[in-house]
Amino acid sequence: MLHIKCPHCGMRSQNEFSYGGDATIKRPELGKEISDQDWDNFVYNRKSLRGKHWELWQHLSGCRQWIKVQRDTATHEIFKTLKANEEIS
Amino acid sequence: MQKYSVFSLVKNALSNHENWDLAWKDPTPKKEYDVVIIGGGGHGLATAYYLAKEHNITNVAIIEKGWIGGGNVGRNTTIIRSNYMHDDNALFSEFGMDLWRRMSQDLNYNVMFSPRGIINLAHSDAQMNTYARRGNSMRLNGIDAVLLNREEVREIIPMADFSENVRFPIFGGLMQPSAGTARHDAVAWGYARQADDMGVDIIQNCEVIGFDVSAGKINGVRTSRGEIKAKKIGLCVAGSTNILAEKLNMTLPIETHLLQACVSEPVKPVLDKVVTFGAGHFYISQSDKGEMVMGGDLDGYNSYAQRGNLPTLQHVLTEGIAMMPFLSKLKMLRTWGGIMDMSMDGSPIIDKTHIEGLYLNCGWCYGGFKATPASGWTFAHTIAQDRVHELNAGYSLNRFNTGHLLDEKGLGTKTWIS
Repeated sequence: MLHIKCPHCGMRSQNEFSYGGDATIKRPELGKEISDQDWDNFVYNRKSLRGKHWELWQHLSGCRQWIKVQRDTATHEIFKTLKANEEIS
Repeated sequence: MQKYSVFSLVKNALSNHENWDLAWKDPTPKKEYDVVIIGGGGHGLATAYYLAKEHNITNVAIIEKGWIGGGNVGRNTTIIRSNYMHDDNALFSEFGMDLWRRMSQDLNYNVMFSPRGIINLAHSDAQMNTYARRGNSMRLNGIDAVLLNREEVREIIPMADFSENVRFPIFGGLMQPSAGTARHDAVAWGYARQADDMGVDIIQNCEVIGFDVSAGKINGVRTSRGEIKAKKIGLCVAGSTNILAEKLNMTLPIETHLLQACVSEPVKPVLDKVVTFGAGHFYISQSDKGEMVMGGDLDGYNSYAQRGNLPTLQHVLTEGIAMMPFLSKLKMLRTWGGIMDMSMDGSPIIDKTHIEGLYLNCGWCYGGFKATPASGWTFAHTIAQDRVHELNAGYSLNRFNTGHLLDEKGLGTKTWIS
């Protein structure tokens, strides 16, 4: 069982959260002309790193906020959590 | 090579089974091969076997980081089926079913193929309608499909919950009678033994460190046991595809996730079909040893852990008990996890890449084991002829770019969509 520290609510069990995938993917700017490849990269292509991975989780059964979590995908160690609007440094 | 038969068994019994040939050798890697296959799992071994058998290419090496058959081919729930609706999946899988039926003879190795049938349970009228549609599509493609009503299902699997007041009553099911199971390790070993006999070098404990690519062409691979040159390299490393893709500066439509399976303590024969729960994701069969073999959803987040987490197991087994209440009385014998290539549309990729001589076989999601022979056969064709076969034309890498997704269930990495 993972324990995730929600930046709004504190330490909670994994059961309260829903997973949202890679947090470093940025949506192409609205209204800007982009190539199919850029769109492909945004929608489908993922690095899926082994090791430290920034990812989105939603505290679905809690405050319902989306948060960013830095987790090791091999050991499941969680290093850091951020609010959704905080930039990954 | 010594042929396995009842006569060789008797003969070797007389010498206390001390004189059997090694099933495959342990060669030192050569400097150069015509083809290098990375990954000594079911798909990699099958690819090497069909390269030699169908295309006469025998100067081939399989390089494997650990030991052959130690990944997902040794960790799955052994289900073999072709109950797909979309043509690309149906024709590919049914081609594989033919290979499965002949496999024990072809490989001279008993893979214990057991075509016992699979039943997908339906729990609503709407689901019966979609099953009728899928069943009809299957039959149009020459695949056997039978739509069962509630009473017909009850006759086949009376141990399922047919009581009146359940959350997900059984309305009926879709059965593919020719589907079944096989002995998964035997598949890997059988392919390995035959490939080795035809001249393929199976090189274990050999990790890929990097690739030698110049001017858009692959020239070889750098490994923990030295550099190996090859004009053609095939990647068959489901679960580690993203790790090797990174070494090639490729980003693929794949996330790496963890899928668990488990077996109960062995019990007397109770279930002679593969059964799947239609209101969630749970599947079950009984092994020859008597264990109930069960599996279900992904853990749900990117993982390379090869080890599962209990909340998912609890969720999956809750579905199992809803479907077959007697399961609650069984003790769990063993649980394990394997890492999956989850492609974004839930279908695999067998294709060439933008690098000349580099071929990709990945994205098998939940269904890699049953695809082993067809995957090896089509991947061998793709490598040998440098073009995809019509059977794997739908499994292209650029379908995500062009929008020709193969969304059989539309699940991919997002399990919660179902």
